[in-house]
Amino acid sequence: MSQAPLLRAEGLTKRYGARLACDGVGFDLHPGEVLAVVGESGSGKSTLLGLIAGETAADGGSVSYRMRDGTVRDLAELGAAERRALMRTDWGFVRQDAAQGLRMSVSAGGNVGERLMGVGARHYAEIRAAALDWLARVEIAADRIDDPPTRFSGGMRQRLQIARNLVTAPRLVLMDEPTSGLDVSVQARLLDTIRGLVAELGLAVLIVTHDLAVARLLSHRILVMRGGRVIETGLTDQVLDDPQAAYTQLLVSSVLAA
Amino acid sequence: MSPAAALPQTGYNFAYLDEGTKRMIRRAILKAVAVPGYQVPFAAREMPMPYGWGTGGVQVTAAILGASDVLKVIDQGADDTTNAVSIRRFFGRTAGVATTTRTAEATVIQTRHRIPETPLTEGQILVYQVPIPEPLRFLEPRETETRQLHALAEYGLMHVKLYEDIARHGHIATTYAYPVEVAGRYVMDPSPTPKFDNPKMDDCPALQLFGAGREKRIYAVPPHTRVRSLDFEDHPFRVQRFERPCALCGAEDVYLDEVVLDDAGGRMFVCSDTDHCETRRDAIAHGESA
Repeated sequence: MSQAPLLRAEGLTKRYGARLACDGVGFDLHPGEVLAVVGESGSGKSTLLGLIAGETAADGGSVSYRMRDGTVRDLAELGAAERRALMRTDWGFVRQDAAQGLRMSVSAGGNVGERLMGVGARHYAEIRAAALDWLARVEIAADRIDDPPTRFSGGMRQRLQIARNLVTAPRLVLMDEPTSGLDVSVQARLLDTIRGLVAELGLAVLIVTHDLAVARLLSHRILVMRGGRVIETGLTDQVLDDPQAAYTQLLVSSVLAA
Repeated sequence: MSPAAALPQTGYNFAYLDEGTKRMIRRAILKAVAVPGYQVPFAAREMPMPYGWGTGGVQVTAAILGASDVLKVIDQGADDTTNAVSIRRFFGRTAGVATTTRTAEATVIQTRHRIPETPLTEGQILVYQVPIPEPLRFLEPRETETRQLHALAEYGLMHVKLYEDIARHGHIATTYAYPVEVAGRYVMDPSPTPKFDNPKMDDCPALQLFGAGREKRIYAVPPHTRVRSLDFEDHPFRVQRFERPCALCGAEDVYLDEVVLDDAGGRMFVCSDTDHCETRRDAIAHGESA
C-alpha cells in the first residue's frame, strides 16, 4: 500500500500508578486494513484501544489521523466538538459489552438511526429506510426493528452494534472483543458478517481480541502484546504460522485444535 | 379565607426569601436571560412547601416580585386549585402584594403546566414551575454527558425520542414537555405544559422564566425569542385539536380539560384556563359578542 496511513500511533504510553499498561506502542493502519491486537488478559490491549479512541488520556505518545479532507491531524489537538463529530461519523466503536455500545431502552431502529439524526437527518421515513437496510445487512429480521435490544440475543446485539456504527459509513472501526461471550456457531456467523462488511466497505479495522482464530479469520496484520509492550508484529499468517518471539510461540501453541 | 388569615405575616423579609438569596437568584436569572434556553445552576433553598409543589417557581417569583406587582398563580390553568391558592396566599401574606385571577391585570404570573389563553403582553413575566429541567434526561442519565451534549449542541438524541414515538405510535405521541429549540441554539424542556401551548412561547412579548427547585436550575426565554418545537420533515409538529368547543363558554381553539360528571360515562370538556372561561362567560352574560 503506497498510500499514507489512515491512522498512525506513536509511542503510546499509559501508566496506572507505577504500573505500565501501555509502553511506547506504535503502529500504522492503512485504509481498508484489518489490524488485530492479540495478547492475554492484562496485556494492555484494551488500554491501547481506549488510548486510540481518546477515552483514556495518554501519558505519552500521539495518535494522528488522516481526515476525510486529506489533512493529517493529531487527535489530541482536536477540540471536543471535532473529536466527537469524528467519533460518530468517521469512526465506529464496537464494544465487548453490547449494553455499553447500545441504548438498551431504545428500539433497534432508533439505535441505528441515532447517528443519522446526530448528523442532521430529519426525515423519519428516510431514517427508517436506512435502519431497515442496515438491519438486513447484519441479518436482523425487519420485523425486529421496533424491539429494544433487551429482547435481543447476545449475537443479535453485537450485530445491531455493528449496524449502528456503520450507518454513517465510517472509515475506521475499533472493535473490542466483539465475539467474546458468544457461542461458537454465533461467533462464526458474526465473524462472517464482519468479514463481508469489511471487504465490501473497505473499512480499516483495529480489532482487539484474545482469540487467535478471530485474528486469523479477520485480520491482515497482527500485533502481539504482552505487559504493555508490542513483542511481535507482522502479517497474520506469518506471525501465527511462524512465530518468532518466545511468548508468541507459547500463545500459538496454547490454542486447542478442534 | 378568614380576614385574619389574609393579613400580612410579620417576621419575614419581603416575599419570604432573604435579600442575599434573592440576589443570588436574580444573578442566575440574568444569566439565564442572557443565554436563552441554557440551564443555569443556582443554590435552591428549602421552601415551606414540598418539592414538586413549585419550589423552583416560588423562588423565582420571590426574587423578581416588587411591592407594586400584581400576582396571578395558576395550576393546570386553574386559579382555584390547592397549589394555586396556597402560593397566591403565600405571597399575599409574605409580600403583601396584590393578587388577581385576571391574566390581563397581572404583572407576574406563576404557572404550573399551562400558558394562559389570553395573549401575554410586554412587561408581564411568566414563571414556570419545572419538575425536570433536562430534556435529555430520560435518554441520557449522566449529567456530565448531558452537559456535554448541550455544550456541543448535539441534539440528535432528542430526535431519537421523537423517532421512538413515531415507531411505536405512528405519530409523535409526546403531548406534554415537548422539547423546543430556543433562539436556534439550546434545546429546552418547556416544563410539562401541553404541546398545545408550545406555539405561544414563540416570539412571546412577555419574559418567560423557568425554575426547578429540586434540580436547582433556572432557565429563561427572553421576550420575542424564536422558540421552535422539534419535529421531522415528514412528521411536522402539530398541536392537538379538540372536536368540540368548551361546554361552558363555547370557546374553540383553547385547551380543554375533561371533567367526569358521574359514574355512567357522563363527561364534559371545559376550558382548562378558568380565567379565560369566566371572562368569556361574563361577556356573554352582559350581551357582548364573545
